[in-house]
Amino acid sequence: MIQSKDLLGIKELTPEEIYLILDTAAGFKDVLMRDIKKVPPLRGKTVVSLFFEPSTRTKTSFALASKRLSADFVNFSVSTSSVVKGESLKDTALTIQALGADFVLVRHASSGVPHLLSNILDISVINAGDGANEHPTQALLDMFTIQSYKKKFKGLNVAIVGDIAHSRVAKSNIYALTKLEANVRLICPPTLTPAEVDKLGVEVHHSLDKGLKDVDVIMALRLQLERQSKGFLPSLREYFKLYGLTADSVSHAKDDAIVMHPGPMNRGVEIASSIADGNQSVILEQVTNGIAVRMAVLYLLAGVKK
Amino acid sequence: MITLIKNGHVVDPSQNIDGPMEILIKGRKIEGLYPKGKAPEAEKIIDATKCFVIPGLVDIHTHLREPGFEYKETIETGTRSAVRGGFTTVCCMPNTDPVNDNVAVTEFILDKAKKYGSCTVHPIGAITTGSNSEELTELQALIKAGCIAFSDDGRPVTNSQMMRRALEYSKIFDVPVISHCEDLQLSEGGVVNEGFVSTIVGLKGIPKAAEETMVARDLSLCELTGGKLHIAHVSTAGSVNLIRNAKSRGINVTAETCPHYYNLTDEAIISYDTNLKVNPPIRTAVDVEAIKEGIKDGTIDIIATDHAPHHFDDKQREFDSAAFGISGLETAFALSYHLVRHETIDLKQLITMMCITPSKIVGLNKGTLSPGADADIAVVNPETIYKVDSSSFLSKGKNSPFNKWTLTGSVEKTIAMGKVFDWSEK
Ligand SMILES: [Zn+2]
Repeated sequence: MIQSKDLLGIKELTPEEIYLILDTAAGFKDVLMRDIKKVPPLRGKTVVSLFFEPSTRTKTSFALASKRLSADFVNFSVSTSSVVKGESLKDTALTIQALGADFVLVRHASSGVPHLLSNILDISVINAGDGANEHPTQALLDMFTIQSYKKKFKGLNVAIVGDIAHSRVAKSNIYALTKLEANVRLICPPTLTPAEVDKLGVEVHHSLDKGLKDVDVIMALRLQLERQSKGFLPSLREYFKLYGLTADSVSHAKDDAIVMHPGPMNRGVEIASSIADGNQSVILEQVTNGIAVRMAVLYLLAGVKK
Repeated sequence: MITLIKNGHVVDPSQNIDGPMEILIKGRKIEGLYPKGKAPEAEKIIDATKCFVIPGLVDIHTHLREPGFEYKETIETGTRSAVRGGFTTVCCMPNTDPVNDNVAVTEFILDKAKKYGSCTVHPIGAITTGSNSEELTELQALIKAGCIAFSDDGRPVTNSQMMRRALEYSKIFDVPVISHCEDLQLSEGGVVNEGFVSTIVGLKGIPKAAEETMVARDLSLCELTGGKLHIAHVSTAGSVNLIRNAKSRGINVTAETCPHYYNLTDEAIISYDTNLKVNPPIRTAVDVEAIKEGIKDGTIDIIATDHAPHHFDDKQREFDSAAFGISGLETAFALSYHLVRHETIDLKQLITMMCITPSKIVGLNKGTLSPGADADIAVVNPETIYKVDSSSFLSKGKNSPFNKWTLTGSVEKTIAMGKVFDWSEK
């Protein structure tokens, strides 16, 4: 059983809860493979998305997940709502609850916003990405994808490559992978390494080739292109040379290593097209799995006593 | 009106007194101290049974918010909060709106304090006009109007040349320049201490170096100029070391820390409680230990509150955009008395750090119970155990990370310029 009414982060989940979500997602993946992709468990429920940062991918994935479960999905459009008129986050959240929503999906540039809403609201809060804190459903879909290829997590060598310091995807994946007893290596320049991150039980590498040696899974991260102007990097060209996933760098990994990316990709910056489109890439499967995993999350949270 | 405080245990390091004594107050002044039963008749008796009778506390780092931010605090509510916390003198920082960089604002503050204040208020003037590091304020005029120190608190003096000039020019008047040490480029966008906790919560960190590089700069400038430097809100082990080293070389520096820097570590921020958001940020256990060590060995001269009241709406929001600051006047005594209970320092040292030395730094005749002194007194019960309820603060700012904490040591009565506030009556 899931303990909390909310999904705030992987940090707050037990390994058992992660496995429960993955197992449940497997059932929904079968549904998605059918001709008629709709099941009834959330009929009459309403899912509202509250995105303070643009994201077509995550929002669409959640919308499809909601609809496949027969829930109503409503987008609370931040740019056109009163949020721009200076309404506080708290008032916006209470309004959504008063409108009768059962779930609110929140994405915000500031870490901790889902936690703030969780304290204010009785309905389920799902973190769809907060600042540099977490993006739990992304990590869950990544775990689902890894499991489908590698069958187990224990002892698996997983490299996460790129801008770890600003990445909520990396953070959620670190928590998930360490909870599931995989070996995690972070490969990043020192300027993009979070403070004291080794205390999370991960190895930190600044050399891509050494970091990728014998790994089973390579997770690339999206680089925000403005990092260059802030002095984190001298140039995108140099970044690609040092940390870009290319045929050459990926050759250091195991032959059957899979390559993942949360999207959207900057081709030629963090990943070469030959790798993104190559036979080790599972990037499009991640997208499909995302719907199944988000269905599982909605389904399981709906069963939590409030 | 003649008032007698009896049955209490008087501790006043300024006169080397530590024992059962009676204090007679006549009007606004202390008339005399007497052995038990030897005091003359009084019209009013204050019973201080089981209590320490100590000089009223002096805070040289208070944000009273008026003028400009009256929705956060006013001089009336801020001084009420002060006396509730045992403080009888507060020195208010100039980062109001308008900034206290001219005589009109200084006079406004003093006028308000006279009309509505519960305790003595001394304004701190800005170092530079608008606190924008570009031009020095008119120190002579501001001092004449009533300013007792200078600071651009809330901001550092970013221009090193300007800081040098301020330390030099202020020597004419022998007034302290209080420095808020922060390298704004290093701290940019930061909201918590940079370290493991900032990584865990995904909030932007402020490295300790943002404070320490500026402490190092100001110590160098102090050495260069021979000015009177006071370093505000020391929060890191590195700053303590820099100051200790500077003092050992005879540099004319004093330093303060605040109760939240020796009672909290940044791990508490995992809850995203915005009441923990303060600048400089709450640091780590290593820093807390170093600060206690600095308090113990005298590297840190005084305890100040950095009382920074905020409206509820400024705090109940995203951590990134919530206001920095802690409403500190009403918990400072108990949080500091903790140091006595755990034998970091003794009560005399605590009184020195919260009454005597703060007065000395800004040149006031406060922090003493000697006959003829202002009747500024706190009666504290060291044994009372109570639960903090920030909603009952007299400050408008209920923003306290210590809400619901159980503390030991209560302020029972405060006498400010002879006026008695009895908090035990209710
Ligand atoms: Zn300050």
